[in-house]
Amino acid sequence: MQRFEPTETASTPTSAAAGSAGALDAADVEAASPTMTARVARLRRESLAAVPTLSAERALLMTEFYAGEGGRTESAALLRARALAHVLEHKAVHVGEGELIVGERGPWPKATPTYPEVCCHSLEDLDTLNSREKTRYLVDDQVRTAYRDRVIPFWQGRNIRDWLFPAMTPEWRAAYEAGVFTEFMEQRAPGHTVLGDVIYRNGFTDLDREIQESLDGLDEVGDAGAWPRRQQLEAMRVALRAVVRYAERHAEAAEAMAAEAADPERAEELRRIAVVCRRVPAERPRTFHEAIQYYWFVHLGVIIELNTWDAFSPGHLDQHLLPFYRQGLEHGTLSESSARELLQCLWIKFNNQPAPPKVGVTAEESGTYTDFALINTGGLTPGGDDGVSELSYLVLDVVEQMRLLQPSSCVLVSRKNPDRFLKQALRIVGTGFGQPSIFNHDAIVGELVRQGKSMEDARAGGASGCVEVGAFGKEAYILTGYFNLPKVLELALNDGVDPTTGSRLGPATGDARTMTSFDELFEAFRRQLAHFIEVKVRGSNVIERLYARHLPAPFLSLLIEDCIARGRDYHDGGPRYDTSYIQGVGLGTITDALTALRYHVFDQGHLGMSQLMDALGDDFRGHEALQARLRNRTPRYGNDDDYADSVMRRVFDAYFDAVDGRPNTRGGRYRINLLPTTAHVYFGSVTGATPDGRVARAPLSEGVSPVQGMDRKGPTAVFRSAAKIDHLRTGGTLLNQKLSPRLLEKDGDVDKLVALVRSYFRLDGHHVQFNVVDAETLRAAQEDPESHRDLIVRVAGYSDYFCDLGRELQDEIIARTEHGAM
Amino acid sequence: MGSTTGIMGQVFDVQRFCLHDGRGIRTTVFLKGCPLSCVWCHNPESQARGPERVFRAARCIVCGSCVAACSRGALRLAGDGVAVATPVVDPSLCAVAGACAAACPSGATEILGRDVAVADLLAEVRRDVSVFDESGGGVTFSGGEPLLQAEFLEAMLLACRAAGIHTTVDTSGHAPWEVVERIASLADTFLFDVKHADDEAHREFTGVSNRLIISNLGRVAELSRRTGSPEVLVRVPVVAGVNDGREAVARLGELLAALDPRPAVDLLPYQPLGRSKYERMGRDQLLPGARAPSASELETMTELLRAAGLEVTIRGDRDAEVRAD
Repeated sequence: MQRFEPTETASTPTSAAAGSAGALDAADVEAASPTMTARVARLRRESLAAVPTLSAERALLMTEFYAGEGGRTESAALLRARALAHVLEHKAVHVGEGELIVGERGPWPKATPTYPEVCCHSLEDLDTLNSREKTRYLVDDQVRTAYRDRVIPFWQGRNIRDWLFPAMTPEWRAAYEAGVFTEFMEQRAPGHTVLGDVIYRNGFTDLDREIQESLDGLDEVGDAGAWPRRQQLEAMRVALRAVVRYAERHAEAAEAMAAEAADPERAEELRRIAVVCRRVPAERPRTFHEAIQYYWFVHLGVIIELNTWDAFSPGHLDQHLLPFYRQGLEHGTLSESSARELLQCLWIKFNNQPAPPKVGVTAEESGTYTDFALINTGGLTPGGDDGVSELSYLVLDVVEQMRLLQPSSCVLVSRKNPDRFLKQALRIVGTGFGQPSIFNHDAIVGELVRQGKSMEDARAGGASGCVEVGAFGKEAYILTGYFNLPKVLELALNDGVDPTTGSRLGPATGDARTMTSFDELFEAFRRQLAHFIEVKVRGSNVIERLYARHLPAPFLSLLIEDCIARGRDYHDGGPRYDTSYIQGVGLGTITDALTALRYHVFDQGHLGMSQLMDALGDDFRGHEALQARLRNRTPRYGNDDDYADSVMRRVFDAYFDAVDGRPNTRGGRYRINLLPTTAHVYFGSVTGATPDGRVARAPLSEGVSPVQGMDRKGPTAVFRSAAKIDHLRTGGTLLNQKLSPRLLEKDGDVDKLVALVRSYFRLDGHHVQFNVVDAETLRAAQEDPESHRDLIVRVAGYSDYFCDLGRELQDEIIARTEHGAM
Repeated sequence: MGSTTGIMGQVFDVQRFCLHDGRGIRTTVFLKGCPLSCVWCHNPESQARGPERVFRAARCIVCGSCVAACSRGALRLAGDGVAVATPVVDPSLCAVAGACAAACPSGATEILGRDVAVADLLAEVRRDVSVFDESGGGVTFSGGEPLLQAEFLEAMLLACRAAGIHTTVDTSGHAPWEVVERIASLADTFLFDVKHADDEAHREFTGVSNRLIISNLGRVAELSRRTGSPEVLVRVPVVAGVNDGREAVARLGELLAALDPRPAVDLLPYQPLGRSKYERMGRDQLLPGARAPSASELETMTELLRAAGLEVTIRGDRDAEVRAD
């Protein structure tokens, strides 16, 4: 077979950060401080300055492999493992100048690979990525040519995206196109998972032994399913060795660089890096440095194997690293400052990996460079003790000092954690870049236990992505797509017909104009809801099988508990727990819409259904007084108003009943959560005027937050309303609060915010995040984006550069009520 | 108790999540009516005892619903009815019946001031009781002058005490001693406003003498010393050019330092927030040139009061790091 060079840059064995970028400049020395060395200042500067580009390296290596020897592989599992090995053996190895933690997914920082076996981008896609205003990826001619000549001809028609849509029912496709729901797996692989503690206890040689034990236990005479399991286990072994080899290649590169290094200090560092890379992941880590580098190699293995949603996360990083930290201090091999530097180097590594490029609806629902790796700090230990340690505070320091888009960070707060921990987190929130977000670990444990997890597995779990819960290291929890609740109401009001297109999407549930009670109307909504959930679930059951059959993930499977023992893949019921989620969007909007119907049409009786339908049809043009009344003179969710909140609860229950407990194809169940990323803007754009006075195409409410600007009684009322959701029956809810910066000026005010959060969590609230930037600053940034490039705001479960957001989303963030102190 | 829960009070706002009206996170109840008419007042809607009609022009969609709703013909749409038109009220015909506000779809026209029963207000306040527990907060009665509705206030304080809710009364101190005493014996904290030490100036800027106020302050302090309650904090709104002069401050310091126990003093720099409120009420601001004190003016004032032996905070901030707005 002809071997071709992927690209010039990619074939360079060690591409140190190019020339001048590698030099330590005067600004770095100046930026250095007791909490940030000049090295870190430089790496951080380079990371911030690096421009996201598209790299064809992985796509070409995959193509080469699949078109060549891969075609002779006997099972999908082994094919995937060998393909990963091929990529890792031939991809560029990057050891950057001054780095302590090494390894990049692409050939260099922010060079972002593609995954043509999942989604084969067209040339038009590449042009869009290269030219779009927001979340742009530079695509050079070389990449374009590679795609035109090699990647597209091979992968077109044989990737998940091309198989998925034709495999869906016509009802599914119609609903998808109308924006009733989105589909997560159409261009990104299921991932949504977090590592547990397995790598801190085991080297890959130990896991290899476990694989052998599992192989030895196969009954290949009596068990018809033994052969697929053997293939899976062999594949895990191939993947495991591939990543060990990948680490060795970094050792080799570091050694070669050490031999050439002019600076003896750097030469010594490089030799130390080489020792670390030869130790991990092959063997159990012994030091803080080894533990971090081990995690990073594992992280890279997962995100190179597939373009997993939410990348990958180390979970309870502070708890996992604590023994290494304490031991290092005790032995004198580590200091607080050297630990800090290593953590900062890890942070920069995360920031160097933008999300794989997204196009189409997926780009609309998740329009961000953030890839949703989320560092958890604090919370409970698996045994139920207070998990906050000195290292938790050090991690928070790093979050504050780095101020990077990635990784996202959160604190888990249990009633067992001290207030000072929450206070420190809120103090950082007060500096105004949207991190860390705040989770109720006690509620998370309750949610996981309700789903059937053991208490210990639940406590070892936490939050990932935006707000999703998981049993870290033991669960595949797949988010299948966002679900547009207000759109379903629109269909219920129109007898199942989409008023935008005139086509029938749902069942005929009656003419709204003739409905005589709220119950009758709600029943129509409930029936539409059940219908579209069934359409969605039916589709997801096919999609789960597509991944299980065509794109197993043997490397990820290695890391998630019970996959080895069961000899099953992460995508095929290998993990101890297997959950599928459908994420409800627009709870505030649909609550207010239904409340308006109930209040004005059925309870007060001064508004006729036909009159309202006419106004909605006209998008309120010529019905301004009615629109104003609906907006301003209706009980609203978010004001601790039981009239509105009881409608919210009814919607919640209907959604829960429609989804929760349905079986998926992996031996697990469907569950609900309530979060939008940026889907509330997309869903709004496909939804007509709603009875709460919202005009057609305007964004929906996000997460479980009230409709933008409609929470008029302050945060305690918002929290009380949101707490009327039964959070423990979800797998995560997202509550956004915008606070005036003046609210966090004084030490005593932060104490009050601690109390506010505690009181929400006492009511089982799942999550809250604060945006502490005043509306004025945001408007100034809209006017003058260039001077506000560094402005990071909380969007929805993650932070993003304000100027990178679309105008609609920017406006929407400004519109979220800014609560000042009264 | 049962008989008092039916007592009605006139309230113009209930604000939750107040951080700067006493300890912890508080719910502040604003009672309507005030015997003072401070020229810098940022709550002009608090001054009259009865309900008032307010109009926010920015919210008006010129639908004319209010005009149609008024049975007394007190409203008409101004302008030529083509371009900009806003409803204009004829005060001589308006009985503040509220039909216009009920009919207004946008919330542009509102009636400020509602009669509320003790039991209902208590239920509203109790909604944040878990926040009070977490933060050490409670309810603050402000105004207006809450002592003007002494019977209602007394019933509320008793109800809060029974419900275990911490209470603060924010008062101008301008009420008969018997009333002050009754309320002071039931409240946990008194925020006692002192606007000016000089009687002449006090009359000029607030419309009343400060003699009763200062006498009441001394007696509340005495009550506090004797019974251990209420905790007394003196609050001084600082308006540049009105009460921040060196002489006025020195006299204030002298006056307060003579009290036993010596109260802590919190300075509240004037914030020009009230302007739009005057517009909404169709009233002219009495002191249109009112200005916030500068950082150095505040600093001088703080130093003078501290020199008199007083503990001084600025907007509750003990660090008293002076910052101008």
